Amino acid sequence: MNSDSADHLLRVEDVHKRYGREEVLRGVSFTMERADTKVIIGASGTGKSTLLRCINKLTDPDQGRVWLENQEITGRRAPVNRIRSQMGFVFQDFNLFTHLPALDNVRIGPQRVKGIRRREATTLAQEALATVGLKEKAQSYPAQLSGGQQQRVAIARALAMSPKLMLFDEPTSALDPELIGEVLEVMVKLAKEGMTMLVVSHEMGFARTVADEIIFMEGGVILEQAPPESMFRNPQHKRTGEFLRKISDLYGESE
Amino acid sequence: MTAEIWSQVWQFTPTLLWAMLINVQLLLALIALGLVTGVVVALIEVYSPRPLAALALAYEWFFRGVPELVLLFLFYFGLTQMGMDISPFFAAVLALGFRSSGYQSQIFRGAIQSVPPGQLMAAHSLGMGTMKTIRYVILPQALRLSIPPWSNEFSAVFKDTTLAYGIGVVEIVRQARYISVRNFPLTLPVFILVAFMFLVLTYLGNWGLGRLEQRLHVPGLETHAKRGEAREL
Ligand SMILES: Nc1ncnc2c1ncn2[C@@H]1O[C@H](COP(=O)(O)OP(=O)(O)OP(=O)(O)O)[C@@H](O)[C@H]1O
Ligand SMILES: [Mg+2]
Repeated sequence: MNSDSADHLLRVEDVHKRYGREEVLRGVSFTMERADTKVIIGASGTGKSTLLRCINKLTDPDQGRVWLENQEITGRRAPVNRIRSQMGFVFQDFNLFTHLPALDNVRIGPQRVKGIRRREATTLAQEALATVGLKEKAQSYPAQLSGGQQQRVAIARALAMSPKLMLFDEPTSALDPELIGEVLEVMVKLAKEGMTMLVVSHEMGFARTVADEIIFMEGGVILEQAPPESMFRNPQHKRTGEFLRKISDLYGESE
Repeated sequence: MTAEIWSQVWQFTPTLLWAMLINVQLLLALIALGLVTGVVVALIEVYSPRPLAALALAYEWFFRGVPELVLLFLFYFGLTQMGMDISPFFAAVLALGFRSSGYQSQIFRGAIQSVPPGQLMAAHSLGMGTMKTIRYVILPQALRLSIPPWSNEFSAVFKDTTLAYGIGVVEIVRQARYISVRNFPLTLPVFILVAFMFLVLTYLGNWGLGRLEQRLHVPGLETHAKRGEAREL
């Protein structure tokens, strides 16, 4: 326990991760407050996914500490599963459970992890599906849904756990362009309703609409962190400006 | 063969059917033992630390490598010699069941490995531990995918139940022998009848498993199966 970290919803302190000879994360630190939305950007291979996975310990950091409120997930005897159950994770390629209809995909967390009774878990799942606009698809299997719908079910699956924090790893980059909007729309709604969100994404329209801060990562560290407008207008590093111009060209500025 | 002979065989049919019931019981017991053990061995092979996984592989290697009759003798005469009071039927269940688990574990291993790793990450991210992930995510998919190759194993071990003859179980082949020894002219028709019974029962078993597969079918799951099989080859 650390009285200091209780003030922040998430505190990431000096996280390092090495794969073989390559040090992918070289000391990453930042904090998030309740209802914050932060967007992480950076070139491919700079460790954005690795950072997100270190936060819920899907990957074990070599060094450094991570707290969710006053619970340290990196602690030696940390109840990892209990802390994970309080953080939603949305993957680039959805990762829905193939053998379960949408409703069961969403219900499995509350029912099997939190031990909530089936009937109440079903209600929770239906509410979560309604939030992402897929109430009528409750009985469809993942293979019967479009990519955008699958990703929305994945968001509902995370939401049904009533997480304190949601982590998104490039949630729209596996989607056809015409399906990106429906997912971003859900994410904007969540951010506006006060969900705490840490999002790896190069959708600058999204970042400008809801991000409190953009985190620019390069070479395994945070190079710059600032609110979107000031980062766009007045980047502190030359690399930040270059990268922002590059992704604006690449992704456009669709709101 | 005259109608006379067939009518004599007809007389023995109930006896043979009763004996076939022993084979069916043997089949059910050994395949259940093989299923449970096979799933556990496969899970250990895929998810345990090196030494334990190696042990499971050695187990598979042993039970797949030793001839069935030798296994039957090891379990029956071996255990009896060690002072255990074991019935031939039970010895046959153990010997053939463990042997089958060596084959079944290979089926399940392939199916388990074909569950996409991303889904395991998703399960962990919800806060599911290893046991819950296995129970709610891995096995429901892996077992479904295993049904087609498992049907082959089912047919194979059904036929293998006749090997229990070798340690004195009074199953259908032994019963047929008793009949034919006492009525030599009936030898050929009796064994034709036995063969016919196996054909019919194997057909019914595979038909039932096919139905089961259809009932448990989930859209989108078959693609993993194809990937899994391709990896096996
Ligand atoms: N499990 C792993 N084993 C070995 N190397 C890995 C592993 N995961 C990631 N890496 C390496 O770590 C580096 C950072 O990967 P990471 O996926 O975190 O980058 P990223 O910033 O998310 O990139 P992208 O934008 O392409 O998703 C890459 O060079 C990658 O090859
Ligand atoms: Mg990534």
